[in-house]
This record gives sequence, structure tokens and C-alpha cells, in this order.
Amino acid sequence: MQVNGEHVTLEAPVSVADYLETHGYRAERVAIELNGEIVPRAARAEAMLDDQAVLEIVQFVQGG
Amino acid sequence: MSTITPVTEASVDATPLPPQPAVVNPVGTAAPILPVEDKPLNLGGHEFHSRFILGSGRYDLNLIKATVEHAGTEIVTMALRRATTTENSVLDYIPEGITLLPNTSGARNAEEAVRIARLAREVCHTDFVKVEIEHETKYLLPDNAETIRATEMLAGEGFVVMPYMFPDPIAARQLEEAGAAAVMPLGSLIGSNMGLRMRDFIEIIIANANVPVIIDAGIGRPSQACDAMEMGADAVMAYTAVASAGNIPLMAEAFRHAIDAGRAAYLSGLGKVTEGHAVPSSPTTGYLH
Repeated sequence: MQVNGEHVTLEAPVSVADYLETHGYRAERVAIELNGEIVPRAARAEAMLDDQAVLEIVQFVQGG
Repeated sequence: MSTITPVTEASVDATPLPPQPAVVNPVGTAAPILPVEDKPLNLGGHEFHSRFILGSGRYDLNLIKATVEHAGTEIVTMALRRATTTENSVLDYIPEGITLLPNTSGARNAEEAVRIARLAREVCHTDFVKVEIEHETKYLLPDNAETIRATEMLAGEGFVVMPYMFPDPIAARQLEEAGAAAVMPLGSLIGSNMGLRMRDFIEIIIANANVPVIIDAGIGRPSQACDAMEMGADAVMAYTAVASAGNIPLMAEAFRHAIDAGRAAYLSGLGKVTEGHAVPSSPTTGYLH
């Protein structure tokens, strides 16, 4: 699958929530877009990633 | 030898003046001098007392809190980017109670701006968004046509839309009609510290606006921020001028004072300008000759 524009190999399907936790993202500080659609916080445990998934994980940075 | 007691703020406070009778302005109009109460800055129904919007960085994260406090600001901008797991979150460094204003920098058209705005709302649960749509990195000029389109789409989704714009008075009117909560014309190129180069057109925008006008880019010095406020701007946003200062929190404080001074001058009503001749400030009678 693709995560933030990088190709990533997914061993087995996982939920968005599990992916974030396993990879050390702070769940409360990021927004998620899966295949072009926002995944609301409450839906992260159910949203599943497969090897075709295009995932964007974004956060705030300093800026004007 | 007599001693002179220095005047301190405490000694001034200790001897309040008795109530003063109303006096008339000795120069220019005969308007009575009255205390003026300022109205809060209203952005989409949200009220703010500070008229200084601050960019969140390009400096040490640990300086943000002091800078925000010295600025007295209530609104801080930030950008949205792909997340890494190694970076500290800027949100951890913003003091409580500050309104976050995400920008859509990186967007090249209205659709990309809408996408970024929605993601930003998902992170911080704010409806505020500063629309910023640019195509190139040399001048970073905003695309007014796409910005108007994005403003209409985002206002329709309930966002408080604050568009960064090239100071075209016609576009400012169209942004208002599209539902903008404020317009943010650039003073000069982003990050250039060149000041109010677009002054004449910003004055036209201010004269005709029904929403707050916030001068956004290029303000490089407190005196320029003061100038913008004297002109009648409703607020000033600064970022590079503060971030590139030698002492960042102190510069933030300087901007705060300048913005307050400019606002007070605007509310007080500036005296008229005369050209080609002097206006005596001392009596023209009773000379010793």
C-alpha cells in the first residue's frame, strides 16, 4: 500500500487505529485520509487497510 | 540642592486626575474629545480582543509560548503536512485558549484547499481556515480566482473562511459575496519584510469592506503594522518579521504595542494633512516685536 506517498508492504490487513499505534503515530494529533476519504476518529478502529490502500497521515506543523 | 522625584508608573497611578470637563478639539474639527470604546474583532461570530494574528514558527518550539504571551495574541496560524513519527507536535507548545487558524498552504487550486481544510478540521476541531492558494514558490502570490471558489465551497461547509488574497478590491468584494468571514490582503510578498507596498489598493478595500480586513503578508516592522492599523485595517498578521528577529518574544511585544497604538490612532481620528504650507501651533498674536 501507499503511506504518505511511500510504498509500504503490508503483511496482513490491519485497522487504521492499529496501524497508527504500531508505527508510533500520536492518534490524537493526526488526521487520516484513506483512498481519498477522511476517516473520522471514531471510525479508525473499523477502517481496514489492505495492500491497495492509499493512506495519508497528516499533522500540524509550524507555519504562517 | 533640590531633589527631583522621578515619575514612575506607580506615582502616576497614585494621583488620579479629577474628572475633566468635555473639551473641544483645538485643531481641525470641533468634535468633542470623548473616550472611545473599541469593539471586539468579529470573525464569523467569534469575538477577539487582540488584533494581532501570529504565525506559529520557524523558530524553536520552546519559544512559542513566550512569543504568544508577549504578543497578547488570541489566534495562531499553522500549516498541515504529512506526519512523521519523529517530529514534536506544534500543538503541544501552543498555550491553552488560543484559537488555531490552519492555513491551506501547499494547495494549488480550490479543490486542494478544501481537502486540506477538511483534514485540518479533523485534527483540531476548529472551523477556522486561512485559505492560501499558490502556484509557484518564487513570489508565492495568491490565486484570487481559485481562492474565491474555495471560499464559496468552504463557507458552504460551515467554515469560518479567512482568505489570503492579492489586494484587488473587486476580488475582495467577490470574496465577501462568497462568504468570507474576513479578507486578508497581502502588504507585499510573503516573508519579504517589505511592508505596505500595496497601500493604495488596501485603502480602497478597507473603505468598501463589510468584513474585517486583516493585512497578512510582508509586514516587516512594528511601524508598518502601526501604519496599517492607522489606515483602518482591523488586524495584522505577522510571521517572518517576528520569527526572524534577534529576540523573538520581544519583537512580538513590539508588534503588540504598535498594533494597539495604530488602532487607538485610527479610533481617535487622525488630524488632516495640509500640504504646501505650515499651520502654526503657537498663537500668531502677542509677538515681542
